[in-house]
Amino acid sequence: MKRYLPFVIIVGVALGTFGSGAMLYRAKHPQLQAMPEEKALSGNSGAESMHIRGNPDAPVTMEEFGDFQCPPCGSFAAFAEQLLKEYDSRLRIVFRHFPLVAHEHAREASLAAEAAGLQGHFWEMYDVLYREQAAWSKAPNTRELFESYAGTIGLNVDQFKMDMDGEQAKARVDSDQARAESLGINVTPTIYINGQPVDPKDKNPEGVRAAINAALAGKPQA
Amino acid sequence: MTVSRFRTILYTVVAIVAVAGLADATFLSVQALTGETLSCGGSPDCFKVLGSSYAKVGGVPVALAGAFAYFCVFALATFAAFGYERARIFLILTIGAMFLATLWFLYVQAFLLHAYCRYCLLSAAITFLIAGLLIAAPPSQRRSGE
Repeated sequence: MKRYLPFVIIVGVALGTFGSGAMLYRAKHPQLQAMPEEKALSGNSGAESMHIRGNPDAPVTMEEFGDFQCPPCGSFAAFAEQLLKEYDSRLRIVFRHFPLVAHEHAREASLAAEAAGLQGHFWEMYDVLYREQAAWSKAPNTRELFESYAGTIGLNVDQFKMDMDGEQAKARVDSDQARAESLGINVTPTIYINGQPVDPKDKNPEGVRAAINAALAGKPQA
Repeated sequence: MTVSRFRTILYTVVAIVAVAGLADATFLSVQALTGETLSCGGSPDCFKVLGSSYAKVGGVPVALAGAFAYFCVFALATFAAFGYERARIFLILTIGAMFLATLWFLYVQAFLLHAYCRYCLLSAAITFLIAGLLIAAPPSQRRSGE
């Protein structure tokens, strides 16, 4: 019996590892829900209450749940801009706030973007926040930096300061966050294309392009 | 305590420690396979390390290779604890290779990425511990224990 014992132990540990790995995989693989009909974006509906970049009447909508302090979101923002050029009038991008608790200044950055949005410059602030992410993420004076960005993009800085602390900006961020939570989102960036979630494994240039092309062709995504 | 008994206990400890390394590497492999390392959802430094180009070789997550290496260490240490002499030689070679790989990954984290992943540091500590235990093992007295 002793002769076979090491084999039994090794096979037992191999099976245990494989089994627990498979269970962990199932648990970790995000169970993102497709957007219900009433939540899905189509045409121009609700355009006034969301931040749209690109052709508002585009047949494909890419909705991003992002966090301004998340570096992959920064990389994704640059890629999204490239996609807008590639797909031109066929694509529109919608940004939703999902500031993660782990990121100290993420919510403040979202409020800054919304405060800029109240002066009609959401996307300008969005660009600055992602471009300067490395600078403000670890800075002690984040608020001052956001105010200086507001000045740089031509905002009324006093109004911007008031709006950052105002209820309207907070309500917008909270509303986006609630939407994300209702869809089971827990990481950023999370991407939806025409209401269908992009699998985390496909969150790369090839995967996102394939999902957009499938949406353009009217095919359901895999 | 006889030398033989001491060695059995030592290799049993190595096998148990290797299981901890296997659990850590399996967790990291799952993170990589679910795409979680490409997102923000955990420690910012972790995804900086695990989402970097150094975390994959030929499209395969290095964590998966790490899990396989720890499993080999576990299997070889188990055989060594049961007196298989040749397993001890392969165990030393495997841990030697893992030790060098660990030094490389520590260099990458410290000097290239300027970020540390706590699970990777745990794996490094486990490899160093196993290497230390093997150094403490008394040399073999016989040519074959099979």
